[in-house]
Amino acid sequence: MVPAVLLRTAVCVTGRFPALAGVDLAVAQGEVVVLEGPNGAGKTSVLRVCAGLLPLTGGEGTVLGCDLRRDVPALRGRVGMLGHAAALYDDLTVVENVRFAVRAAGADVARIDAALDRLELGGRVRRTPVGRLSAGQRRRVALALLVTRRPELWLLDEPHAGLDADARVVLGEIVSEVVAEGATVLLASHEPEESWPLADRVMSIVGGRVVEERAVASTRRPALPDQLRAVSGGAHVA
Amino acid sequence: MSPTEPAVAPWSPATTWVVRSLGIAAAAALAATIWLGLWVTPPDEVQHNLVRLVYVHPPIAWVALYLAFGVAAVSSVLWLWPRTRSRFWDRLAASAVEVGVVFTALTLITGSIWGRPTWGLWWTWDARLTSTALLLVLLLGYLAVRRVPGDPDSRARRSAVVALVAAVDVPIVHFSVDWWHTLHQGATVLNANLSPTIHGSMAWTLLLGFVAFTLLFAWMLAIRYRVELLSEHLEDSELDVALHERWAEGTGSLPGEPGTALAHSGGPA
Amino acid sequence: MWRDTVLVAGKDLRIEVRSRVVMHQVVPVAVLVLVLFAFALGPDRAPMIQAAPGLFWVAVLFASVLAVQRSFALEAPDGARDGLRLSGLDPAGIFLGKTAAVTVQMVILEVVLTAGVVVLYGSHIRSYPSIIVAGLAGTAGLAAAGTLYGALAAGLRVRETLLPFLFLPIAAPVLLAGTRAWQAALGIGAGNTGSAGDPWIRLLLVFAAVYLALGVVIYGPLQEAS
Repeated sequence: MVPAVLLRTAVCVTGRFPALAGVDLAVAQGEVVVLEGPNGAGKTSVLRVCAGLLPLTGGEGTVLGCDLRRDVPALRGRVGMLGHAAALYDDLTVVENVRFAVRAAGADVARIDAALDRLELGGRVRRTPVGRLSAGQRRRVALALLVTRRPELWLLDEPHAGLDADARVVLGEIVSEVVAEGATVLLASHEPEESWPLADRVMSIVGGRVVEERAVASTRRPALPDQLRAVSGGAHVA
Repeated sequence: MSPTEPAVAPWSPATTWVVRSLGIAAAAALAATIWLGLWVTPPDEVQHNLVRLVYVHPPIAWVALYLAFGVAAVSSVLWLWPRTRSRFWDRLAASAVEVGVVFTALTLITGSIWGRPTWGLWWTWDARLTSTALLLVLLLGYLAVRRVPGDPDSRARRSAVVALVAAVDVPIVHFSVDWWHTLHQGATVLNANLSPTIHGSMAWTLLLGFVAFTLLFAWMLAIRYRVELLSEHLEDSELDVALHERWAEGTGSLPGEPGTALAHSGGPA
Repeated sequence: MWRDTVLVAGKDLRIEVRSRVVMHQVVPVAVLVLVLFAFALGPDRAPMIQAAPGLFWVAVLFASVLAVQRSFALEAPDGARDGLRLSGLDPAGIFLGKTAAVTVQMVILEVVLTAGVVVLYGSHIRSYPSIIVAGLAGTAGLAAAGTLYGALAAGLRVRETLLPFLFLPIAAPVLLAGTRAWQAALGIGAGNTGSAGDPWIRLLLVFAAVYLALGVVIYGPLQEAS
């Protein structure tokens, strides 16, 4: 089976600094892989390279069958990223932001309400300009955006950051759902692997390279809600 | 190692030989042009000795407007076109623009020097001078964009777009200024065509002038290209150092991260 | 591509309606430029009337730099530019959408400026169709070239000084042609009849067509520059 993401000795230089210094990474379709490592290790850069936002300076990479050196435009719309920043338009309301993104991706507009409900973005909040929302609410909006779009590849950068316990539970449910539908999830996190019962593998990134890779002891099962709740509620230490 | 020899030879000895002969040929042709232009050919009846600028100004203008700018524009298009994309075109475009700036400025200066005694003005707003002046500004814009820090690919993209836009704009400017003069009733259209009647030895010298400056351009282009190549090599070697340091991050001592098992890979692979 | 154009233009215009930056900041600056020119040229009306077409287009040119900068400042919030790149929108559509939004805003500004010229300088408009066509064509061309360069400069630290330096020389033909077209429409200049503006209007249309086409083709590759 063609891997969803394949990086071979990927080198990525931003300015003079080699953010990635030779990353070897393979993620199969439908997998959930966690990237862990200290600050500045290059986790965000890996995600951005996979999104096609950062060009490769050296090595090779293929994402969803598209060569990262030649074919990046073909990736557009198939990859969704939840980055550090919410990437929303402050002057537009929640609904307007989501509707714009959904229409841009050509996804079904009817799913918007369900997604917003799921993330507990109720009636009045929906009509509020995003600029007036709290950081946590903006994160939820960004997540709702992804949920509605349902991309093939999900790239999540510290997804737990800014989300309260309830939202983390919902995130877990969402991840298991989309993976069951065939999506691939690659996420970067500071937290220990117990936070991610859904993960298939964990990769440690240090100094721009993958230094270790291990399978998670618990194989992926449809997680029970209270099991998730117990985990997410307690695991918030970096 | 002698100070004139580069530590890294950027290209083959054959190429070095070609470039060197180009330089020698250019120098010889220029010398011949100067000699013929200043001493051998007769002064014009009307313009007297000022006419000698005809051996210099039109050739320089030709190099600036068509040769340098043309090379820059075509190289940029070839870079933008995915099938022919290669860093060669990007380097060539940048070199052509830099050399082009020099020639464009010289075109304006020689044109101005020629014009002052002839028309009594340092400057006229005729189509050719105006387009040339604008071209200079556009080329400087290209160089400004090139200075913006970033990775080589982004830099090449931005520069190529600037070159392309400029290539499209210069003809438009030329036409519009031309119309400006022909449609403007009542204005004396200054005939910027300073060309005197050319005959005999003057024609040969003019031709030699074109050849000489073309050779000069080719040589300067090659030299500038080599500088570009060398600076890339330098960046690559700096990158190697940076990569080594980055790898050391992985194997050196780190603030203890409980739960993160570090494999000691023992240095760069 | 057209669907994306409408989508992006709608988004940009909706943000403008909410935030009113162009209306409340750019338009007053442009009108202020007209007033300042009056200080420089006046108090006699004659030089003002003579110079009015040129001054109008100079004010439009500077305002268009501001409008384009604003258009790309919309995506300045952290990650918004990435979002646009990842969104799956056709880059040509993004280009046309942004250009269209800038054009709409600029047209509104020009209506205000035209009124300003008529009121402040005492100009008389002889031929409305010429003014309208010249204005639309010139504005579309400026918006297209500006959006193209705006994308190039977006996200760079030097963008505020780089954009005018790159864009204004390119815009020179529009200034030239627009001024001549306006001169014809206002009946200024020796022996200028209404139809004398026609070749200039054609030039404005060519300029607009060329830069719209160029933008559509080149915006995609340009966007890939991080």
